[in-house]
Amino acid sequence: MKWKIIEKSKFPVFIGELAKEYEVFAPVKEKNSASFERLSSGNEAYLDFRNTKKPPKEFFLPQTETLFTHWIGKKDVEIVESPTVKGKRVVLGVRPCDARSFVLLDKFFSSGEHKDVYYLDKRKNTTIIGLACNHPMSTCFCTSVGGSPFGKEGMDLLLQDINDEYLIESVTERGEELIEKFPWLKDAEKADIERAKKLSEDAETAVRSKFSVNGVSEKLDRMFDDLFWDEVCQKCLGCGVCTFLCPTCCCFDVLDEEEKRVRIWDSCQFSCFTLQGSGHNPHPSRRERMRQRIMHKFNYFVKNFGESFCVGCGRCVQECPVNLDIREVVKAISTRQGA
Amino acid sequence: MKNPYIPNLAVIRNITTENEVKDIKTFELVFKEQEAMKNFTYRCGQFAEISVFGAGECPIGIASSPMDEDFIQFTVKKVGVVTTALHNSEEGTVMGVRGPYGNGFPMEKMEGRNVVIVGGGFAFTTLRSLTNFILHEANRDKFKNLTVIYGARNPGELVYKYDLEAWAKRDDLNLNVTVDSAVPGWTGLVGFVPAVLKEVAPSSDNAIVVICGPPIMIKFTMPVINGLGFSPKDVFLSLEMRMKCGIGKCGRCNIGNKFVCKDGPVFAYKELETMPKEY
Repeated sequence: MKWKIIEKSKFPVFIGELAKEYEVFAPVKEKNSASFERLSSGNEAYLDFRNTKKPPKEFFLPQTETLFTHWIGKKDVEIVESPTVKGKRVVLGVRPCDARSFVLLDKFFSSGEHKDVYYLDKRKNTTIIGLACNHPMSTCFCTSVGGSPFGKEGMDLLLQDINDEYLIESVTERGEELIEKFPWLKDAEKADIERAKKLSEDAETAVRSKFSVNGVSEKLDRMFDDLFWDEVCQKCLGCGVCTFLCPTCCCFDVLDEEEKRVRIWDSCQFSCFTLQGSGHNPHPSRRERMRQRIMHKFNYFVKNFGESFCVGCGRCVQECPVNLDIREVVKAISTRQGA
Repeated sequence: MKNPYIPNLAVIRNITTENEVKDIKTFELVFKEQEAMKNFTYRCGQFAEISVFGAGECPIGIASSPMDEDFIQFTVKKVGVVTTALHNSEEGTVMGVRGPYGNGFPMEKMEGRNVVIVGGGFAFTTLRSLTNFILHEANRDKFKNLTVIYGARNPGELVYKYDLEAWAKRDDLNLNVTVDSAVPGWTGLVGFVPAVLKEVAPSSDNAIVVICGPPIMIKFTMPVINGLGFSPKDVFLSLEMRMKCGIGKCGRCNIGNKFVCKDGPVFAYKELETMPKEY
C-alpha cells in the first residue's frame, strides 16, 4: 500500500496529466448538485460536492446502450457487435457508497453461466479514484449497510481531503501502478495519515442514521404475505425515481430501435415490468412492486450473494416525491410484530 | 469472453398455422451456420430468445425434439410486438436465435419410470417436444408407460393435430385429448384437464408428472395430482414469466431469489412449495 500527498492547488495538474492517457470523468458543478462529466482540463473538477445526483453506475450500465446493430437486406441480415468498451477511463471522485455499489454489481453481473460482457469489460477498463466523505449528509446511512464514509471497497485509489491537501491511498495494484506514473507526488507523512484517520472517525460518527439490517432478511422470509406491504405502499406514486437513482438497481429492458438492439434501464416499480403476454401480471399493484424492491435489496440478494443490495447513499430518500424513506421501511420490518 | 446477447442467424424454413383462430403458428428454423446448429444442443423444456430484427426479441419454448437434428421449431401465439412481427414474417425470413436457456425437464429422473404429461392450451409446446422425444425409437425403451393428457378450449384450438393423429395410432402411449366444450363432429373427450386427469387416474407408482398450462389449470390440477398420491418431488411444473435477457440479468422473472429463466422454467413442486406464491 502506498500513501502519497498532493496539495489541492496542484490537483488540476494531476488531472491534466491523467487526461493525457485516460478519458477522465469527475464531478462537475451543476446548479445545486454535481454530475460526472468528461474533463478536458483539471480546473473543471468540483470535489467539494456532497454527492452527485445520479450515481456513477452509468459508466458500466449506461441508461441506453446499443448491444449490436443489424442491417436487414432482402434475404440477409448482418450483425455488427457494438464495442463493449472504448478508451481507457478514470472515474475520479466516486464516493465510498457508490464505489461499493460496483462491488455488488460485479458479483451480480459476473454470476452464472452467462457473464455480462458489456458491464464487465467496462469495469476492467476503468480505474476508480474514490473520494472519502468528511461530511456525510442527513440522508446517508452507509454504515448501517456495511459501508463507511472512508470505505475503500470498489476503488483503486482513495482520496482523502485533509484540509489543504489530498492524501492518496492506493487500494489495488492498478491504483498503485497509476500513482507510480506521477513521480512528483510526495510521500505522505505519518502525521497526514493520522489526520485522515481522525477525520474518518469523525465522519463515521457524523452518519446520524444508524440501524441494523441483521435479521431483516430472515424476517422478510416470513413477511411475504404480511399486511405490512399494503400499508407501506400506500403513498408510493410508482414513479420509479428510487430505482433509477439507486446505484445498485440494474434491471433493464431489451428492445429494438430500428436497426439497433438496445438495452435501457427499467424499473420494478412500473406496472408493465412483469406484465405477461397473456395479460397476467405477478406484480399487479404497488404492493407487489414495493415488496419486490425491498425484498430484492434485503432478502433475495442476501440469499444469492451474502449481503444487502443497498449501499446507503440515501438518493432514494432525498429524491422520493412523497418522502418514502427506505430507512424507515427497514426499521419497521425489524420491529414488525408477529413476523 | 463470449457475448451472450448476440443471436445466431436462422432462416424460417416452414410455417404451420396450428389453430382455427390462426393466431398460433409453428415456425421451423434452420441456422445459417452449421456451427450454430451444432452448438445449439438442447433438452426438452428449454427455451430460446427469438429475434425479429427491427421488432425485438422474446423468449419462446422449444417445440421440436432434441432428436430433430437439422431444425428447431417454435410455436408462437400472436400477442405482442415481436410475436406479431414474427407472425407477419414469411418463409425465408432471417431471424435471430440465442440459447438454449433454462434448465429443461429432468430427463435423467424420468428414465426407467412411468411418465405422465399434463398440458393445457398452447403451453403444450415443450410438452410436445417431451412427448416426441420419449416416443422416438432410440429413446422409447428408456421410459416406462407414457400417459399424455392434453386439453384445449375447443377442437379448433388444439395444436399439433398432425402429431395427435400420429400418436393416436400408437399403442405405446395412453393419449387423452380433451376439449372444454364440444362442437358437432367432435368424438373425443369433453371436460377440463383436471377432471380428465382424475378420470384417467394414472398411478403414482414409480411415476413422474410434468405439467404446463395456464395458472387456472394448474390451480385445479394440483389437488388432483395430490389426490393421486404423487410426491411433490416427482411433480414438475414449467412456469411462465415475462423475460427479456433470458440469462438472469434483466431482473424481472424472479420468484423470490430464483430466476425463472436460469433456475427454471421447470421447478419441482417440492421446490415451489418453499418459494413465494408469486407467479
